Amino acid sequence: MVKRDTGFQAAAHLIMIVMSVMVLFPLALLIMSSLSPESDVIRYGYSLIPREIDVTAYRYIFGDGSVFHSYLVTIAVTLVGTVVSVVITTMISYTLTVPGLPGKKLLSFYVLFTMLFSGGLVPSYMMWCNIFHIKNTIWALLVPSLLCSAFHIMITRSYFQNNIPKEILESARIDGMTEFGIFFQIVLPLSVPIIATIGFMKALMYWNDWTNSLYYITEKQLVGIQALLNNMLTNAKYLTQSMDASMVATDAAAIPSLSLRMAVAVVGMLPMIMLYPFFQKYYMKGLTVGAVKG
Amino acid sequence: MTKSRAFRQIRRYGPFYIMALPACIYFFINNYIPMGGLILAFEKYTVSGGIFGSEKVGLNNFRFLFQSADAWIMTRNTILYNLAFMVFGTSLSIVVAYLLHELKSTVSRKIYQTVILFPGLLSIIIVSYLANALLAGDTGFINMHILAPLGLEPVSFYSEQKWWPFLLIFIHLWQMTGTSCILYLANMSAIDPGLYEAANLDGANRFQCFFKITLPCLVPTIVTLSILSVGKIFNSDFGLFYQVPMNSGAILDVTQTIDTYVYRGLMNTANMGMSAAACFYQSVVGFCLVMFTNMLVRKFSSENAMF
Repeated sequence: MVKRDTGFQAAAHLIMIVMSVMVLFPLALLIMSSLSPESDVIRYGYSLIPREIDVTAYRYIFGDGSVFHSYLVTIAVTLVGTVVSVVITTMISYTLTVPGLPGKKLLSFYVLFTMLFSGGLVPSYMMWCNIFHIKNTIWALLVPSLLCSAFHIMITRSYFQNNIPKEILESARIDGMTEFGIFFQIVLPLSVPIIATIGFMKALMYWNDWTNSLYYITEKQLVGIQALLNNMLTNAKYLTQSMDASMVATDAAAIPSLSLRMAVAVVGMLPMIMLYPFFQKYYMKGLTVGAVKG
Repeated sequence: MTKSRAFRQIRRYGPFYIMALPACIYFFINNYIPMGGLILAFEKYTVSGGIFGSEKVGLNNFRFLFQSADAWIMTRNTILYNLAFMVFGTSLSIVVAYLLHELKSTVSRKIYQTVILFPGLLSIIIVSYLANALLAGDTGFINMHILAPLGLEPVSFYSEQKWWPFLLIFIHLWQMTGTSCILYLANMSAIDPGLYEAANLDGANRFQCFFKITLPCLVPTIVTLSILSVGKIFNSDFGLFYQVPMNSGAILDVTQTIDTYVYRGLMNTANMGMSAAACFYQSVVGFCLVMFTNMLVRKFSSENAMF
């Protein structure tokens, strides 16, 4: 019995190691290509072991305004979007837990129905463009489809229901606190785990979103990092075209477009890699709580 | 009397309605107005007429859509890919979750889990970069470092259809297995250890334990998740089918899904009507499927039903 289990353990380790290598291999390829000289990439293709280390691509990223600018756009949108959507989501979730609130059933249905039926892309696109005129405004990156989702409301509501003791709220009311005071000073501080969970999920959504930019943005000033990557993949010379005229004039032939793309991709996923260890626990909680109904 | 009671009610509950208001307004704009906008499917859209006032053309848009070959291709692709994701995704997630669950070393379990969960955090754009580094015709790893040393002809993946059904399923599993196995892992930890002890006393081996205890205990989760994904079978990950194949026209037959069709139609004003019709088709059939599957879930395990 014991012997058989050693065999199983070894096999399990082996399979998991193979899977981990399969996950890490393309990432390593990406990072190594970003560190290779452009001429090597063209001659030998993307390889795992660079013939020599060359950081020209990274120097272009930090020397050139447009990558940095896209980065700032994405950071700003992610920060603002996450904060606003966490506030909006927690507020309505709290309302849905108030006992005896008239019309609560109707309100839950109003929220839930958005999960069941959707108008889809065409009507949404036409509405945002023709009624709200958000094309080429910062609103296009913040608002459509990202700000608030019924799913996050459901998991937040069930957290509030199970983890906020009613007695505390009652005694605060007796002490004369306003409902907003209770919400911001008592309920939210008691809800750090769920705020971290949905906050990280929202931040991830904003950071990784590129479709809003694809649909609504043509203005270069408003291109975020994912959209920039997208443009670079479909048009290898995208960045070199948009670079400062002075830079192109001096160095046009030397701009490393292939390794530069890879370097921008590395920089584009870096913040989430760095945040991931701190939020992994909450992120995993969010994934499991999602299936258990709110 | 009634007036003062109503006043008291408002004073008591007013703040809560105010808290709910921003989300309600948002849902009204983002979700409810576009539902009304589905009327576009029955119109010949003009700028002057707008969404609700353009010329009504009855079912013409649908007639054009379903007379074209596209309708069949995109429906077939969307459904088949989703079925493949369900079958392979579920099996792989369960196997991976089981291996992780049975590992004795908690440290290595944590490491593996962290690694395989990671691709789920990447945007589909980054995923298409990774795919491109492997698949690109002139510089890709597969052509330069695997096929060339073996003396084989380079493959141009982005123009040959036969690779993509496999590639898209593989990429989806690559990205999502870590995420979806977490749920099975959580359910496995909840299984009563007494069952395994009893089975061990009776001399059951590992495979018997897996098929007679672990798997049956997971059945409710498997069924519920599968039913829920049947409800979403008309939807697809737009980025996976549009961006990962680099929007390549040559392989459209195996990469076109309803979502990519709708987007392509929308960007091409001549196809606007058909795009709106496809969008309507997706929304309405999707809604029916969700209602139907939720009815099934309610029958099967009511605690998992959405409503």
